Amino acid sequence: MNIKSNHFVLIFIILGGLIGGYYIISSLVSQETTRTNLIISTTTSIYDTGLLDAIEIDFESKYSIDILFIPVGTGQAILHGQRGDSDLILVHAPIREFDFLIQDYGVARKVIAYNFFIIIGSKDDPAGVKGSDIKDALKHIVDSGRRGESIWISRGDDSGTHTREKSLWKEAGFDVTSLVNESWYLEAGAGMLSTLRLANEKTAYTLSDTGTFQKFSKGTQIELEILVDQTKELINVYSAIAVNPDLIEWVNFEGAIQFIEYLISEDTQDLIANFGGDIFQKKLFSSAVELLKSSSGEIESQWIKDIAFLDGSECPPQYRAEQNQLYD
Amino acid sequence: MGIITEIVLSFFEALNLIFSGDSFVIDIALRSIYISGFATILAMGFGIPIAMLISFREFFGKNIIKWIFNISLGFPTVTLGLMLFLLFSRSGPLGVFGILYTPTGIIIGQSILVTPIMVSFSVSALESVNPEIRNLAKTLGASDFQASIAALIEGAKGVSLAIVGSFNRAVSELGIALMIGGNIRGFTRVLTTTIALETRRGEITQSIAIAIVLLFTIAGVNVIMSLIKRLWLR
Repeated sequence: MNIKSNHFVLIFIILGGLIGGYYIISSLVSQETTRTNLIISTTTSIYDTGLLDAIEIDFESKYSIDILFIPVGTGQAILHGQRGDSDLILVHAPIREFDFLIQDYGVARKVIAYNFFIIIGSKDDPAGVKGSDIKDALKHIVDSGRRGESIWISRGDDSGTHTREKSLWKEAGFDVTSLVNESWYLEAGAGMLSTLRLANEKTAYTLSDTGTFQKFSKGTQIELEILVDQTKELINVYSAIAVNPDLIEWVNFEGAIQFIEYLISEDTQDLIANFGGDIFQKKLFSSAVELLKSSSGEIESQWIKDIAFLDGSECPPQYRAEQNQLYD
Repeated sequence: MGIITEIVLSFFEALNLIFSGDSFVIDIALRSIYISGFATILAMGFGIPIAMLISFREFFGKNIIKWIFNISLGFPTVTLGLMLFLLFSRSGPLGVFGILYTPTGIIIGQSILVTPIMVSFSVSALESVNPEIRNLAKTLGASDFQASIAALIEGAKGVSLAIVGSFNRAVSELGIALMIGGNIRGFTRVLTTTIALETRRGEITQSIAIAIVLLFTIAGVNVIMSLIKRLWLR
């Protein structure tokens, strides 16, 4: 028997156990110190552009709070909020946000930015949707799909974009639950970029956000172009919602409110509006706070109010958790 | 751009990422090694004693336990990730410890994931050790525990394969790191979650480069283990 190896194995096992145990215990103990982390579950479409990395660096240089961004879909972000696993959510699915407020999970909602969804399709446009309004466009796609001339690709992942796609079909008079059984309607079950890649391979129609499509079309040879853009039905509104501390007592509510105040400050709104301007031809996001405050009657302001306001307000008074300074 | 060109370019990009002193990639690689290394050590802590028990003792239900460990070898990481998420979630039964979205959470999850590898591989290594070794040790006056250690050392080569296999599985899994870690930049972002993120972001070259870093990492750890084997486990 080799003495060296004997010692080696024993020491390795004992050391492993000791270090492992120490590490677990110490990390459990350290959790009890006051927490200055702010956990934010966010939709991937805003995270993947890199905007939130820029915001994180800027915010952490100004405040003594560490932001932990968890990039997930809107559906999962709302789930995290409901389970108290995050302190704040950044999402873009107004209808589900209203439920989140009404069920008392969310408070202090602020609309922070917007851009537009777009209908993407092949340059040949077999269904002839270019320039038509969104309802007609979807009808043409269904007709041409049933004739076997077109394919539609859905995100199919319960994300904010998918939520909007489903409501667009509904408004156009179609039942999504039966559409999914038709052979021309494909569900990608994937993120926006993978869905665009799939659409490009199959020269199919799909719904995308502006930012991801710009990123996708930059530098690669693609068969797709924007066919329907800039209509009320396609406005894409991003909001921040804090998790209700009365319902879930352990959340970092103070930090969440500080972060919302930071987001709606003039400097951050400028940062959002100018983000990506040096890389892309078009801006990725437009800032929403000033637009909604001013009464100049811009058409986008009206569209945001129509799509993303609950009872005529971005956050009705009973859901404001007394944070009235956010709503001057 | 052809796929071959893309991979070759990514390879140089990977070399560039590693040797340009880009702390971002080094950070992530080190975090991966640290998290999965700890997970492996933790799994050794309870996996090897279990394997010794199974190999050297006769007891009722032994084959069923072996069978359970063998089928758990293929446990899907996302399923384990989801189960642990519900457990570690602040409103879950272990929520008070606050281990969701921490490296500790990933370490615990990965150690559970690799325990079946540790146990099954070790058992098959230890069972192939000649039983005469234990008997011989006992006749030389060793206690039952000392005899088992002697047999463990005899099977150490096989057990070291179990350790390497466990580390490889831990460092290359995605489901647990994503669901328990949350892929937080600079905190729980590891190599596999970075690959997933960069692919989603459309940075294909970046993600291939990081995949190559991951392969280098695995290769490096394996080389170190085989050196250890050569030096100590002759």
